[in-house]
Amino acid sequence: MSAPKTLYDKIWDNHIVSINDDGTTILYIDRHLVHEVTSPQAFEGLRMSGRKVRRPEFTLATADHNVPTMDRDKGIADPDSKLQVETLERNASENNITYLPMSDKRQGIVHIVGPEQGFTQPGMTIVCGDSHTSTHGAFGALAWGIGTSEVEHTLATQTLIQTKAKNMCIKITGEVVDGVTAKDIILAIIKKIGTAGGTGYVIEYTGDVIKNLSMEGRMTVCNMSIEAGARAGLISPDEKTWEYLKGRPLAPSGEEFETAIKYWQSLATDEGAQYDEIVEIKADEIIPQVTWGTSPEDVVSIDGYVPDPKNASSDEKKRSIERALDYMGLEPNTPINEIEVNKVFIGSCTNGRIEDLRAVSKIAKGRKVEKNVHAMIVPGSGLVKEQAEKEGLDKIFIEAGFDWRDPGCSMCLAMNADKLKPQERCASTSNRNFEGRQGRGGRTHLMSPQMAAAAAIKGKLTDFRDL
Amino acid sequence: MEKFNKLTGNAIPIRITNVDTDMIIPKQFLKTIKRTGLGEYLFFELKFDQDGNKIDSFALNQDQYNGASILIAGKNFGCGSSREHAPWSIADYGIKCIIAPSYADIFYNNCFKNGILPIILDEETVAKLQDTAENTLNFNIDLEKQNITYLENNEQKEITFEIDPVKKKCLIEGLDDIGLTLNKSSSISDFENNQAKETPWLYGSKTI
Repeated sequence: MSAPKTLYDKIWDNHIVSINDDGTTILYIDRHLVHEVTSPQAFEGLRMSGRKVRRPEFTLATADHNVPTMDRDKGIADPDSKLQVETLERNASENNITYLPMSDKRQGIVHIVGPEQGFTQPGMTIVCGDSHTSTHGAFGALAWGIGTSEVEHTLATQTLIQTKAKNMCIKITGEVVDGVTAKDIILAIIKKIGTAGGTGYVIEYTGDVIKNLSMEGRMTVCNMSIEAGARAGLISPDEKTWEYLKGRPLAPSGEEFETAIKYWQSLATDEGAQYDEIVEIKADEIIPQVTWGTSPEDVVSIDGYVPDPKNASSDEKKRSIERALDYMGLEPNTPINEIEVNKVFIGSCTNGRIEDLRAVSKIAKGRKVEKNVHAMIVPGSGLVKEQAEKEGLDKIFIEAGFDWRDPGCSMCLAMNADKLKPQERCASTSNRNFEGRQGRGGRTHLMSPQMAAAAAIKGKLTDFRDL
Repeated sequence: MEKFNKLTGNAIPIRITNVDTDMIIPKQFLKTIKRTGLGEYLFFELKFDQDGNKIDSFALNQDQYNGASILIAGKNFGCGSSREHAPWSIADYGIKCIIAPSYADIFYNNCFKNGILPIILDEETVAKLQDTAENTLNFNIDLEKQNITYLENNEQKEITFEIDPVKKKCLIEGLDDIGLTLNKSSSISDFENNQAKETPWLYGSKTI
């Protein structure tokens, strides 16, 4: 019998095409998601070298980064954004790649569209020219973000030249406190291991807390694996995974679905398999988390305080805290729940799914957005939007004073018209609080949808459980 | 792909840790459909304030670093977004080598696709080199020999570095990855035929 393997080992081994003389591996790529920002130069490269897309049917394209989230019937106003989206449309059409345009209700953020369509399945290798491809790891698929050169390589060969990463296991033990979400769990993980803690690793998230998460919650956790520096995040697929996939347009059906389940079940990490690194985190110590600074590791509990550079562990850390405080316009030792916000962004591939919107509606119902706050809700896809409207969530949002938009990446990275103005402070459900990420000079605090909704109501960061 | 073998040039110290790719090339410059011409936007929001005025304290704006071909940076350089626009803007600016204590994974790989050599050295050595760079010294980088040499106070200094031999070969030979992989087309077809038997649902006829 062969040595026990991890989930990552198994998916890796199942996709080896060949091993090059230099020890690198040609790894087969089962599915490739494409969006408008990181693909034009790849298609151009193919054209220049006279190469073709090897497997257009394994490739799915949609426009998400640049698309407007209002007045869609007027098209895209910015000429550069418009050209980029049109270029994707042309490239998809010329290469026989399925493309979901802005006018299609299935359009949305690639990482939300993939799972919704059943394009994402357990045991697959999935890539996309986007770092948040790690999201798909929630299905037990090995999924990671690549640069444009590798997008071109994937288009031309349906493979990538890879070196295997190391195995890390993050085990969440104990039970979560009431009101603690997947977002709080992943923020607490990043706080503990840091933004480079996962560099060189694929992380498998384990423990009952992870098992008990919904598929949406698992996607939130895996989504931010990249913020911990990891190449990918993985969660062992189980009944919840099959239940989610059943009946999706591109998922197998009938007898084939049953056969697939048997295969998917065989992917779980074997007893006795070795991880290169094991990190344990106690769930009962996690309460709602927010970021105070300009790195996703700048995480603090909602009952905490803005850090004081005087207490930094090193000179370098001190300089980096000072820089972040200066950018964020914050004073050391300020209680977190006294920080006022004037913008709220609910959406993104981290938290733009139906479950997130349902959670927000529970907070919003019968309450009003504080008068100085502009709060946007951007569904992750047209189907999320449709479902929310079917459930009447849009009415609750609008009644409470939220701005209900069309789907896209929107203010997560502010490539479209949705952006923060300098010094505006935003409670955001997205994944990055980098300097200028949501708009030049804008100040981002990352948190769960419930916490962002509560910030909209109170006009300041607040523990939503106290509302 | 552009080859890298030897390089002589001055270096720009960037004394910030966790420099993310949003910082290297802000999103407003990602709307291009070309790879070229991004050099002038490198570190745009660190170079110019919100009114478009030059920020004098930022190294890229200081005359002594004109024409620099090396960047000496802090740890976890290039974290965040996978945008290859980051190495494109660095290369287009004229930087062919980066020295830092560590890099984010995707950025590190992207460098090799664009003829940029990312050298890893310990934090103390990097900090020392940043100080040295301020004296506008020329550094000689020799990838074949895996060393950095420079003259300081009339004394010849040498620092050696480690690099994965495969990545080294790629840079020195400027290999076309795609061409090489396409030479293995029959192995790829064999894999597909076998996979279609083992997991046929991956090869189904469903479309959307």
